Amino acid sequence: MADLSSEFLGIKSPNPFWLASAPPTDKEYNVVRAFEAGWGGVVWKTLGEDPHVVNVNGPRYGAMYSSDRTLIGLNNIELITDRPLQVNLDEITRVKRDWPDRAVVVSLMVPCEEQSWKTILKKVEDTGADGVELNFGCPHGMSERGMGAAVGQVPEYIQMVAEWCKQNTQMPVIVKLTPNITDIRGPARAAMAGGADAVSLINTINSIISVNLDTMSPEPSIDGWGSHGGYCGPAVKPIALNMVAEIARDPETAGMPISGIGGVTTWRDAAEFMALGAGNVQVCTAAMTYGFRIIEELTQGLSDWMDDQGYSQVSDIVGKATPNVKDWKNLNLNYISKAVIDQDLCIQCGRCHVVCEDTSHQAITAMVDGKRHFEVIDEECVGCNLCVSVCPVVDCISMEQVTEGMDVRTGKPIVSEYANWTTHPNNPSAQS
Amino acid sequence: MASSSYEQLQQDLHPPLTRHEASVESDRCYFCHDAPCVTACPTGIDIPLFIRQISTDNPTGSARTIFNENILGGMCARVCPTETLCEQACVRNTAEDNPVRIGELQRYATDHQMETGEQPFKRASITGCRVAVVGAGPAGLACAHRLALLGHEVDIFDANGKPGGLNEYGIAAYKSVDEFAQQEVAYILSIGGITLRQDEALGEDFILDDLKRDYQAVFLGMGLGAVNDLGIEGEELAGVVDAIEFIAELRQSQDYSQLDPGERTIVIGGGMTAIDAAVQSRMLGCEEVTLAYRRGVERMNASQFEQDLAKVNGVVIRNWLQPLRVVGENGQVTGVEFARMSEEGGQYGPTGETLILPCDRVLKAIGQQFVNSVATGDGASAVELEAGRIRVDAERRTSDSQVWAGGDCIAGGEDLTVAAVQDGKLAAESIHSTLTKG
Ligand SMILES: Cc1cc2nc3c(=O)[nH]c(=O)nc-3n(C[C@H](O)[C@H](O)[C@H](O)COP(=O)(O)OP(=O)(O)OC[C@H]3O[C@@H](n4cnc5c(N)ncnc54)[C@H](O)[C@@H]3O)c2cc1C
Ligand SMILES: Cc1cc2nc3c(=O)[nH]c(=O)nc-3n(C[C@H](O)[C@H](O)[C@H](O)COP(=O)(O)O)c2cc1C
Ligand code: SF4
Ligand code: SF4
Ligand code: SF4
Repeated sequence: MADLSSEFLGIKSPNPFWLASAPPTDKEYNVVRAFEAGWGGVVWKTLGEDPHVVNVNGPRYGAMYSSDRTLIGLNNIELITDRPLQVNLDEITRVKRDWPDRAVVVSLMVPCEEQSWKTILKKVEDTGADGVELNFGCPHGMSERGMGAAVGQVPEYIQMVAEWCKQNTQMPVIVKLTPNITDIRGPARAAMAGGADAVSLINTINSIISVNLDTMSPEPSIDGWGSHGGYCGPAVKPIALNMVAEIARDPETAGMPISGIGGVTTWRDAAEFMALGAGNVQVCTAAMTYGFRIIEELTQGLSDWMDDQGYSQVSDIVGKATPNVKDWKNLNLNYISKAVIDQDLCIQCGRCHVVCEDTSHQAITAMVDGKRHFEVIDEECVGCNLCVSVCPVVDCISMEQVTEGMDVRTGKPIVSEYANWTTHPNNPSAQS
Repeated sequence: MASSSYEQLQQDLHPPLTRHEASVESDRCYFCHDAPCVTACPTGIDIPLFIRQISTDNPTGSARTIFNENILGGMCARVCPTETLCEQACVRNTAEDNPVRIGELQRYATDHQMETGEQPFKRASITGCRVAVVGAGPAGLACAHRLALLGHEVDIFDANGKPGGLNEYGIAAYKSVDEFAQQEVAYILSIGGITLRQDEALGEDFILDDLKRDYQAVFLGMGLGAVNDLGIEGEELAGVVDAIEFIAELRQSQDYSQLDPGERTIVIGGGMTAIDAAVQSRMLGCEEVTLAYRRGVERMNASQFEQDLAKVNGVVIRNWLQPLRVVGENGQVTGVEFARMSEEGGQYGPTGETLILPCDRVLKAIGQQFVNSVATGDGASAVELEAGRIRVDAERRTSDSQVWAGGDCIAGGEDLTVAAVQDGKLAAESIHSTLTKG
């Protein structure tokens, strides 16, 4: 059986699944339930200075659903912990003492003054916690007060605060990044320059989840008004994956440990994050949707897959896919593929035809010899994968590489050599 | 006295979908291109569109899509044998043997709209043309509604006391609860421009020429007036009843306990009427109900779903039994003698074996016949017939250029509510283009 035990910045945990800093990690009660359920670690809900913040007293969350009400995106306007600092510190102390084999990292957000960070770091150190995560991510509320994303959007601030922290504590320092930025590599480089031991990402994305069309209030609605919140859950995973990969393959930050966050819901999501370079993953929305017991599916699924693939430890998979992430200009333009429909699996819904006909390349028939029949016309197929994306039947349409003869669409012979845009004749700045 | 289950007669066979159920079910539809379900619907409702409108929480728009092609979409949602129509064609059937529940979704949307009482359409400006419709069944009602919508004035003449045709008198009780047939007629009439004239029968109170004189066009939708006889000895015995009459009596009953369910019933036939009669006999409290059909299961007109419904309700279906004679005592039926039939090498015939099944009631359900109420004085038909029913062209024109026909009374009809609706709609469009041409 694969060994799921994980070591991230020297912090050990029985598995690579931590709960992200959020309501699931807001109190001793929740965290103990999580550890009992089997979670490897937690990043405690973000602590701030006293007097503690207050939350709205109305709805804080809003959801995006599929038609059968599967939650696919969650939005929140919640702030950092709304309990006194000392209450949290006492609970953290007890939890770490009672659960020494689990990771307990503490998330922090205080004003941009060195003294504030110095003071809180000392207090956290006294709890016996394994590390700190600097919350430069929350896009709502706290950012209006110059904290959270307001720091995370300015690389100079990130570097400065990271430096303060490294100077004032022996604990490992993780910088949590906001995705509400043009190029994620800037903040990651700044964190590294400031001496941070790792980055974690993503925090939530600025969002308005919906508008109530009867009251014309954004949701969640507080007395008829709404405010933008932070978006997370399955819908944000692709954005998070890309950001993790960008940092992992950036020569300036390559090798810096990454904690992957954003929409991790199944073991497969976790494996994808790790393959792109994350050393572990953090989970929030999936736990808030289904409860802590999903950890059983996460750990078993990851372990079964690793056994299947012959990976013996978690570190074996970290970064396995990173080298395959390239700039577009390096993709092989001599690779030709075409869609192939398995007629035995086809249920004749016609969706592949209509999307290719209406919005793409007119490469799928609807009728052959007077009969309803869906078949790819190789002469027209550009291999775009749209039909595969919309076909409701698993594996019914596949993209198959053409390796011999010619591409009947272009009439050009198939060439086995690699060639990309940088040398393409149509590229005005091609180098030969 | 055997146990009855009157409440089953008054309960929906399929309870209406809740909003949540409708949302989940509508999400199953793939919004197919050139969707096979649409081709399979005799009225050609844009099924993917109306289902998508349900999934986007727009039941009003969904109902408009349905009513646009089928103003009796509410009744059809209840009575269509969807398992042989739209749902059979649904690609989900191919994928997982589990079609989108199109009928139930259709009911969800139409119920929503009918509860508002609002028509999703506005009548066109009045044309001044007057059209007579004979028969207030599905064909006549659909025709009248479409004509009224297009701005014409319509009078519907119906021989019965209540409108609705077989929707009111024939459809099984559990398919149309809470007086739905009458609610639907009221909803259809709310478009305006339609006058109902009940208890006025063509061929008795007036003749076709009267209508041709007083109206610019005539639509005939009088259904089938008579049932086929068994044509065997003993048919006149007391207790031998026409299944449609039995159902009509049941449908019109205010108090089921006043009806005699019988103790042992034999239903003769293999179609929808036979099944409905058998099931309703059981629900009324008849202890033993046997449905006897002269050929094998695969030849029965009743769908698998209907056969299963009968079995679940305790009806015994016996195949390969051809009635030879009805036996009785003192003028009362006591049994039916059958010849056992077989089909070997494509050769259908008696095996030589006979048997008598005892009973105190026989329900005849071996098909209906057209009663020609447009016969002229000398007995000839005023419009041409074909195989005993009215001949029409693709636009539902009869041999008389002023007369259209549709529903069960035309040749080649499918004897389905939804097919009658389509006939009425097509005839109305044809009448409209004829009347407005000049
Ligand atoms: C027992 C039974 C169960 C059925 N169940 C189903 C089912 O579950 N699903 C389904 O799709 N189909 C079912 N059908 C078939 C369906 O009911 C018919 O196909 C449909 O009603 C035909 O509509 P129509 O308008 O042509 O005729 P009808 O519904 O028969 O209406 C004819 C109307 O014309 C009137 N009329 C007749 N003669 C005259 C006259 N001389 N002058 C004036 N008015 C006249 C009648 O009073 C009646 O109102 C069933 C039929 C029967 C008999
Ligand atoms: C209600 C809620 C409150 C959150 N509060 C915090 C917080 O206090 N500190 C923090 O760093 N991130 C916070 N987050 C962000 C999560 O830790 C996480 O980064 C984000 O939800 C993406 O992961 P997910 O898709 O698994 O939910 C919060 C998220 C939610 C839903
Ligand atoms: S791959 Fe693209 S172009 Fe080819 S058939 Fe599919 S949708 Fe059309
Ligand atoms: S989308 Fe898939 S199932 Fe539908 S017609 Fe195309 S190949 Fe067949
Ligand atoms: S065939 Fe089925 S899935 Fe396709 S449009 Fe019709 S109901 Fe929807």
